[in-house]
Amino acid sequence: MITTELLHKIAHLARLDVRPEEEASMLGSMNDVLTWMEQLNEVDTEGVEPLTHISPENNVLRDDVVMNQLPREQALVNAPQQDGQFFEVPKVLE
Amino acid sequence: MTEYRSFAAVQTDLKAGSITCRQLVDHYLDRIAEQAHLNVFTQVYTDESRVQAEQVDRKLANGTAGRLAGMVIGLKDVLSHAGHGLRAGSHILDNFTAQFTGTAVERLLAEDAIVIGRQNCDEFAMGSSNENSAFGPVRNAADPTRVPGGSSGGSAVAVQAGLCLASIGSDTGGSVRQPAAFCGVVGLKPTYGRISRWGLVAYASSFDCIGPIANTLADVALLLEIMAGPDGFDSTVSTQPVGAYTQAVTAPVKPLRVAYLREGIDSEGVDPAIREATRQKLDQLRAAGHQVDAVDISLLKYLLPTYYILTTAEASSNLSRFDGVRYGYRSPDSTDLITMYKRSRTEGFGAEVRRRILLGTFVLSASYYDAYYTKAQRVRRLMQQEMERLFTQYDVLLSPTTPTTAYRLGEKTSDPLQMYLGDIFTVLANVVGYPAVSIPNGHDGSEPALPIGLQLMTPPFAEERLLTVAQSLQ
Repeated sequence: MITTELLHKIAHLARLDVRPEEEASMLGSMNDVLTWMEQLNEVDTEGVEPLTHISPENNVLRDDVVMNQLPREQALVNAPQQDGQFFEVPKVLE
Repeated sequence: MTEYRSFAAVQTDLKAGSITCRQLVDHYLDRIAEQAHLNVFTQVYTDESRVQAEQVDRKLANGTAGRLAGMVIGLKDVLSHAGHGLRAGSHILDNFTAQFTGTAVERLLAEDAIVIGRQNCDEFAMGSSNENSAFGPVRNAADPTRVPGGSSGGSAVAVQAGLCLASIGSDTGGSVRQPAAFCGVVGLKPTYGRISRWGLVAYASSFDCIGPIANTLADVALLLEIMAGPDGFDSTVSTQPVGAYTQAVTAPVKPLRVAYLREGIDSEGVDPAIREATRQKLDQLRAAGHQVDAVDISLLKYLLPTYYILTTAEASSNLSRFDGVRYGYRSPDSTDLITMYKRSRTEGFGAEVRRRILLGTFVLSASYYDAYYTKAQRVRRLMQQEMERLFTQYDVLLSPTTPTTAYRLGEKTSDPLQMYLGDIFTVLANVVGYPAVSIPNGHDGSEPALPIGLQLMTPPFAEERLLTVAQSLQ
């Protein structure tokens, strides 16, 4: 069961705010979904290896070649704030 | 102009000189304007598609045109197409312009497909009704008070309403097949890794597949044949040879061992009209001399919980890149970094996307990781094993694509769980990575009548068999 406190902790980890007007409905719907997910406890998975890759061909590799696919100017095109060289963010250190 | 429902018909008329690509594009642009209330396109490339059409006309005249010359397509707004907007139905990608063209789209363009615009979808492909879009809901052309399905809702309606000949969507839990069923068109999800995911906005990377939507299996087969195959930009793409899918559509069908999901017929949750339409197809198969048996999948009731644990986990990780730093929306009133991240993400993402990120963060958090995430990964392996066993005895698995036909806008938005349950028959293919196709299977008795879909599934990389069998049922 997720409590209000836990919801806020998860939200912080996910770098989200819980909107006050949504707190109750978010909590309710998440707990409904989690309770439903807990049905999996009925399945005996003793000794079953977790499936971590869906394709048997995982990690099809190629040679790593140095290339510049995204020139700086183009990389900065979508930035909300930039100075022509770097992405800018609010001050991190005082 | 003729309402074209197959690429073959377009090609015949192009060859006869009775139409040009430019005329085709103008026709679709008119249709899009007439049907604007369906809210299908988030952007129409009016001038560009006309220029592109004239280029293809010149290539046709001098004999240098590619295999898709005359094919006018739309792209779900999760596919990267250089120099064009890419929004994934989300405010968080406001003003974002794609930096590169993804592999699948690149291959279509190289064969002279004409892209007429970007199509509305559920935000980050999360949804089953196309109501979770920052661009507003898409409407079903069969009945505009009803949903088109999702998440590739715009892509399905575009084909249904004749706004383009084919669409490219993406399918993580049924997002190509379910809207195809709701809209009476064909939608195919290939084997996991059959088409490179490079340039597809990631939702759940171990489930996501790009897939075509069209009126005919022949057109879907052609698009698959062109998009499929190895790619240096996706380490999970398969190196298996690409099949002759276009030939498979015309191949004779051999005697088959057909399994159908008992639950797909017997379950109370399945609409009577869908049950009856599915039964008729089974009778048709029996009459054609195939072995047809009901099968049970013992883990069926655990499919959706497994799917939602794993996909929310993968989504929470994939969507961490949207932080307001390098691209997309940044909240204007943040004075420190953490507040900037939180406000940008909270204001930029819609409620369902935030719910799935929170659920995913929870199931991946240290205290709950084993109980939810690892548990679901174990169940996923059991499901894969069960399907492997099933397909030692059968060639193809049939079920309805969806338990109901298209529901009304707003009918299921208040309860996410109710919305999730509609994916029961489609998620199986994504959980085990198998290919599946939805084909039209008549209409229900509603007024106006609503389309029904039939789903066929085969083992990995058996898309040729899938297409052959599906064609025999059309």
